[in-house]
Amino acid sequence: MTQDLLYNATGIALFGIGVFGAIVAAHIIRKLIALNIMGIGVFMVLLATARHGEITDPVPHAMVLTGIVVAVAGTALCLWLTLRIRLLDDVNEGDPQR
Amino acid sequence: MISSLALSLLPLTVGLPLLAATVCAMTSARRWCVGTSVVFSLLQLITAIMLLLAIQDIDADEPLRYSLGGWGAPLGIDLVLNGLSTIMLLITAVLVVILSIYSIGYFADNAKAARFWPLWWLLVAGLNAAFVAGDAFNIYVALEMIGLGAVALIAIAGTRTALMSALRYALVGLLGSLCYLFGVALLYRVYGTLDLVQLAAATQAGPITWASLALVSVGLLLKTALLPLHFWLPPAHASAPPPVSAVLSALVVKASFYLLIRFWLEVLAPATTDFAMNLLGLLGAVAILWGCIAAFRTQRLKLLVAYSTVAQLGYLFLLFPLVAASDSSPNLSNMAVTAVVYFIIAHALAKAAMFLSAGDIQLFNGHDTIDKLQGVARAQPIAVLTFAIAGVSLIGLPPSGGFIAKWLLLNAAIDSGHWVWVIVMLAGGLLAAVYIGRVLNVAFSQTTAPTPTTTRPRTSMSCIGLSLALMAVLLGFNAEWILQLANGTGESSVPGMGALK
Repeated sequence: MTQDLLYNATGIALFGIGVFGAIVAAHIIRKLIALNIMGIGVFMVLLATARHGEITDPVPHAMVLTGIVVAVAGTALCLWLTLRIRLLDDVNEGDPQR
Repeated sequence: MISSLALSLLPLTVGLPLLAATVCAMTSARRWCVGTSVVFSLLQLITAIMLLLAIQDIDADEPLRYSLGGWGAPLGIDLVLNGLSTIMLLITAVLVVILSIYSIGYFADNAKAARFWPLWWLLVAGLNAAFVAGDAFNIYVALEMIGLGAVALIAIAGTRTALMSALRYALVGLLGSLCYLFGVALLYRVYGTLDLVQLAAATQAGPITWASLALVSVGLLLKTALLPLHFWLPPAHASAPPPVSAVLSALVVKASFYLLIRFWLEVLAPATTDFAMNLLGLLGAVAILWGCIAAFRTQRLKLLVAYSTVAQLGYLFLLFPLVAASDSSPNLSNMAVTAVVYFIIAHALAKAAMFLSAGDIQLFNGHDTIDKLQGVARAQPIAVLTFAIAGVSLIGLPPSGGFIAKWLLLNAAIDSGHWVWVIVMLAGGLLAAVYIGRVLNVAFSQTTAPTPTTTRPRTSMSCIGLSLALMAVLLGFNAEWILQLANGTGESSVPGMGALK
């Protein structure tokens, strides 16, 4: 029970930290990391759900696995876009901080 | 017999676009991509029509269910088809055929075409998957397919603005999906199932259900761009290539709205409150007025069309207060749902036409600054005519699909005695006339003809936009047919009709 509570509380806390970071952070990479932290929070709550006494429920595990794949794809796409924007800025000698 | 045939067609709605995406991804030859896309978009249209015929034949109380691999809920993946999802599949199939043909012309001599087609079909697969998904987690997967496909399609434009707005859209999309996923995780924790029908039967109001309803709704509202969560939409929709803008405004935002309808009126209906429904309506009303004003003030044509989408999405959200006001009479809530379904179809056709004509005008002039478009009506009569006809439907003037949609919505509002919404809708129509009139006024002004760039859009492509606009108007002449469709089958997706019990 205590373990369950610990997992859930940590998951909710991570989700909250992630939401805060995703909204408040100014830098794109920071936002992206915050979104990943949000995802980890959701996954922790799901993992805690999988425990039913002695038996383990496989459905939340499948959800977490799918979620990880989606998170990797989304993060990769965002990083690629960030890189492309940076390269465009370098070529145009625009503001390199953007 | 016909329902078992339709049942075997149901997986094709997702399978065909995925197969097309795979074929287009494997070959870089333009000929193959074009051929595959034409064949598959037609096959998809045939599938949608067959499903429509089948669902009219069977008992409306029992939605079609297909268990992939025969596993069945709660462990397997189920595809579910009801009246509302059939209509969404059909309008998607129609628009995909037309926009695919347009895209063949648009990307004709362009190296980007090799990247366009696989992403295009991935997006279509995601849309169809969202419409037929039978469980909450597959909706998440569908939302991510839509999100990733749409972001990459915006980025194809390649300009810095396009890349920036695609990145912002991607971040907002991820935020929305994770909120949605957290809501689904909480639902699974409480009810032990992901299946939408089982969830609908088990849902009870309670703190955790409210929390998950809030998380699911915030996630979907971010993707539907309801004010004040709309900030990402205008730049993203305005900077994409024209066929992509068209599909984003016509279908992508409607997919998450469709899911909102399913969660609010069906799956989590016992946990919703009148206050929350009215709040959604209020935000919708503000979106109508604010979107129109923003559209009037903007300097660029494509941004104007995008802000108009923000306003038109507001009308859809008037559904919720109207349903909340009618809980004693299923007739009224039925009327509101029918009106909104009609609105979705009319807006999809008119807005797609408008984005194509705006794209033509931008391609021809090399810019889309409204004040510098004097006399463009003489240089590009078809594009301006398309814009005007689509505008008639968006304003809601008779005879057009937009008029019937607004008329139905007004009737539902008057019958439930909600005069506030009536005034907002009428004001929204007037304001739409003002911003569309502003564009036409400049386009018809008599000055020197604009100097065109070297890229001249083909007349055949302009005619595709015109055909969409004409379809939006014809929808107004042939209202009976769609109304029967929405009434006869759409009601099965409304709560209290016994559809889910």
